[in-house]
Amino acid sequence: MTSTLQAPPGDAGPSPSRPGRARQALALARNTWRGLTSMRTALILLFLLAVASLPGALLPQRTPSPNAVSDYLAQNPTLGPFFDDLGLFDVFATPWFAAIYLLLFISLIGCLVPRSFEHVRGLRAEPVSVPRNLARLPHHAQSTSDDDPDAVVESARRRLRGWKVAVRSEPGGVRTLSAEKGALREVGNLVFHLSLVALLGGIAFGKIFGYEGQVIVMADGSEFCNSGIYAYDSFRPGLSVDGTGLDPFCMIVDDFRASFRPDGQPDSFDATVRYQDTDAVERGDTTWQPHDLAVNDPLRVDGERVYLLGHGYAPRFTVTFPNGEQRVGLIQWRPVDQATLLSEGATKIDPPGVTDESERRRSQLAITGLFAPTSSGGGLVTSTFPALNDPEAAVDVMRGDLGLDSGRAQSIFEVDRSMVEQGRLVRVARENVKPGGEIALDDGTRIRFDGVENWVSLQVSHDPAQTAVLVAAIALLGGLTLSLTVRRRRFWVRVTPAQPSTTVGRTVVSLGGLARTDRAGYGEEFGRLAADLAPPRPDDADTGRERPDPDVPADAVESGEPDEQDDREDDDGR
Amino acid sequence: MVVDASLGQFGDLLFESALAVYVLAMILHAVEHALLRRTGAEQEEARVPVAAAVGSGTVSREGAPALEDTATPARPPRTKAERFGRTGVSLTVLGFALHFAMLVVRGLAAQRVPWGNMYEFTAAISLVAVGAWLVVLRRRPELRRLGAFVLLPVIILMFLAGTVLYTQTAPVVPALRSYWLAIHVSAAVIASGILLLAGVASVLYLLRRVHENDPTRLTWTSRLPSADVLDRVAYRATAIAFPIWTFAVITGAIWAEAAWGRYWGWDPKETTAFIAWIVYACYLHARSTAGWRGPRAAVINVVGFAVMVFNLFFVNLVVTGLHSYAGVGG
Ligand code: HEM
Repeated sequence: MTSTLQAPPGDAGPSPSRPGRARQALALARNTWRGLTSMRTALILLFLLAVASLPGALLPQRTPSPNAVSDYLAQNPTLGPFFDDLGLFDVFATPWFAAIYLLLFISLIGCLVPRSFEHVRGLRAEPVSVPRNLARLPHHAQSTSDDDPDAVVESARRRLRGWKVAVRSEPGGVRTLSAEKGALREVGNLVFHLSLVALLGGIAFGKIFGYEGQVIVMADGSEFCNSGIYAYDSFRPGLSVDGTGLDPFCMIVDDFRASFRPDGQPDSFDATVRYQDTDAVERGDTTWQPHDLAVNDPLRVDGERVYLLGHGYAPRFTVTFPNGEQRVGLIQWRPVDQATLLSEGATKIDPPGVTDESERRRSQLAITGLFAPTSSGGGLVTSTFPALNDPEAAVDVMRGDLGLDSGRAQSIFEVDRSMVEQGRLVRVARENVKPGGEIALDDGTRIRFDGVENWVSLQVSHDPAQTAVLVAAIALLGGLTLSLTVRRRRFWVRVTPAQPSTTVGRTVVSLGGLARTDRAGYGEEFGRLAADLAPPRPDDADTGRERPDPDVPADAVESGEPDEQDDREDDDGR
Repeated sequence: MVVDASLGQFGDLLFESALAVYVLAMILHAVEHALLRRTGAEQEEARVPVAAAVGSGTVSREGAPALEDTATPARPPRTKAERFGRTGVSLTVLGFALHFAMLVVRGLAAQRVPWGNMYEFTAAISLVAVGAWLVVLRRRPELRRLGAFVLLPVIILMFLAGTVLYTQTAPVVPALRSYWLAIHVSAAVIASGILLLAGVASVLYLLRRVHENDPTRLTWTSRLPSADVLDRVAYRATAIAFPIWTFAVITGAIWAEAAWGRYWGWDPKETTAFIAWIVYACYLHARSTAGWRGPRAAVINVVGFAVMVFNLFFVNLVVTGLHSYAGVGG
């Protein structure tokens, strides 16, 4: 059982006359393979997998929390970059992590395939014959009977319904019965490990053919269509997703409602939406399906899922230019404090009717600053509550060149600081305004704070293998439960015909039992079987009966070689 | 979502009573140990092998009668130590009842399952640990002397819950308001509680083995069940808890799919749950790898429990900033 690495017979002495190198290489390959698929290697790889995942728990990771990684790097200027080089901020995407789990799965497959065949063969094999000395087994009993051996074996067979049974004869009229139970354990074990492979396959498939996109939609009847990457604010494609051929379903966000508890904790969120699935869009349908989008309750349409991820506010400003023309500015501002939804942003406005480029660059406007849904009041506005109880904006109005055509990507939440530094964008007003309030600029332009709209941030996810992963996970759990609850056990009966010299002229019934996996719990079952098949008889108390040996289990385990584990070579040998 | 404040306070009172009763029970178990040391240690020790044999379930056909033998020993009246131990067990049962009532009251007060925050979560894990211990005791009364060692971590956990982690009764944030809270978190709580018991058994196993290999060391462990029995308790508990933990992880993934838009995203909680799962898989593997069962496997089991504790405290308290339930989603 301990010989995990049995050298194949040919390896012992490579004969020098043969093309020795090839043979040696072959032997090396074979030994490597055996080593890789051994239980010990699997154990070590599993442990490595746990250790390699540790940084993923101890350090911030880019995938769920990129900002935390930046913070960490800023706070640890020496150690941080070193960790970064090792990939410790992206553990689950590093080559060394992949190497461990790939090796583990190679080992797993190499271990599973032969094991499955072996098990199928084993299912057809007869239970092994009865050991010579049943009294040496961890569970054993002996009694006598008035029936003849055949009758005893027959009643044992009836009692052992559900067991796999073989009846054999031994010289001297001795009849034996071997019984086995618990083959389901191995089935469970194989199902469990196979499901692991399926699970990994499913995850990989999803990573290759899935995608995830995020988009902010104003909750004022605005529409979003899944028509391509451009429809998203951010998009994470799977390895073989190029953004063409998405299911072009559409949705309209009509309304959003949030309610909060008195302490500002969110109480509920939901968005009223309407959607058309791909079919409806392609038919040019005019009807829309209503849906209530809430946390924990995504919209599932065409194999995509739409989630309500977050929400925020968008102040609406109307700018009336001196010539009487009006422009409306409405764009999301982003929360800077999740607890109070104090938000910041920059609403940018191009003056109307200006055709001259340089003129335009002198008269673009930006309304930037902070927005508080429930204002603290006073000169320095901050927010005290996340709901729209007493909204107020504290804004700077900037005029000049916003740098929108400079070719550089610009944040929608900020003005381009470099334009400010160059003096090409100057502040022309600073005021706190409430809805309905107005700011008058020096040139006669008036900016009115009309009110506030809600926006929602939506995530669209697509993972074609998700259901397969779920099925694999359920199979995994089923297999695991079987393999941990079913006990493999063996039960033997030897019936020796009456021999007047040894017993009181009665048939001797010897029983033996062996748990092939964990022995815990077999004792009671064996006790019941023994009580039925070889009930103790008062008059032969001092002949055939044996006292249990309390030291057997303790000694067995402590010597490291429990008797019954001799029987487990199939579990240990690989 | 009505929160009944006075009911909540009553729950707190029950919590404190349960904790006090556990402390008392632990003290009684400790006294039992101390008395055993002084009075006739040999005589007491003579009973241990019998207990071990029954515990191992390896008795041959006298199995059933043997069990009865120990339940009603034809021995002289109970020793003083035994009386202390038995009272300790009774108090543990009482503490369990108060503890259970506390969670019920808490659930009624908040009108939801009573494991919506760290305080309740920790209290529930302790409850399961004590419950699992009582089940073991019922099936194997001879393991009673483990009582003090099982109660110690429970008391520490509950003390932390009642002080550092204490939270007033309140409804949970919308992200948590889902029937998955009941399913997923119950499974995690049950698995954690049983694994606590397994961890304790493995620690004691390691200590007891030191003594068995060299009887001059750690002599106090001679009053514990044999290493073999401890090992088996640890294994059985882990074998029951591991599928439950697996179920907890899977339902967590199902919930994450509905709440956060992906079934797995390596957030710290998920990562640590994964690590714990792998460590326990290591333990089960080690149990069937030649040369790894015994002490090495026990060490892995202890590491597994350390990861569970880390998951409970470090990830929830120190790393929370990363995945807080304050906003919508994660
Ligand atoms: C992907 C990583 C793996 C995980 C998570 C894993 C997990 C587990 C778990 C939890 C068990 C306990 C269930 C039981 O006792 O039946 C187990 C048993 C087993 N595993 Fe794995 N395993 C992995 C890889 C492997 C590999 C690579 C091999 C082969 C070298 C292997 C061979 C076995 C065997 C033979 C058993 C049965 C032990 C017994 O019957 O007592 N496993 N595994």
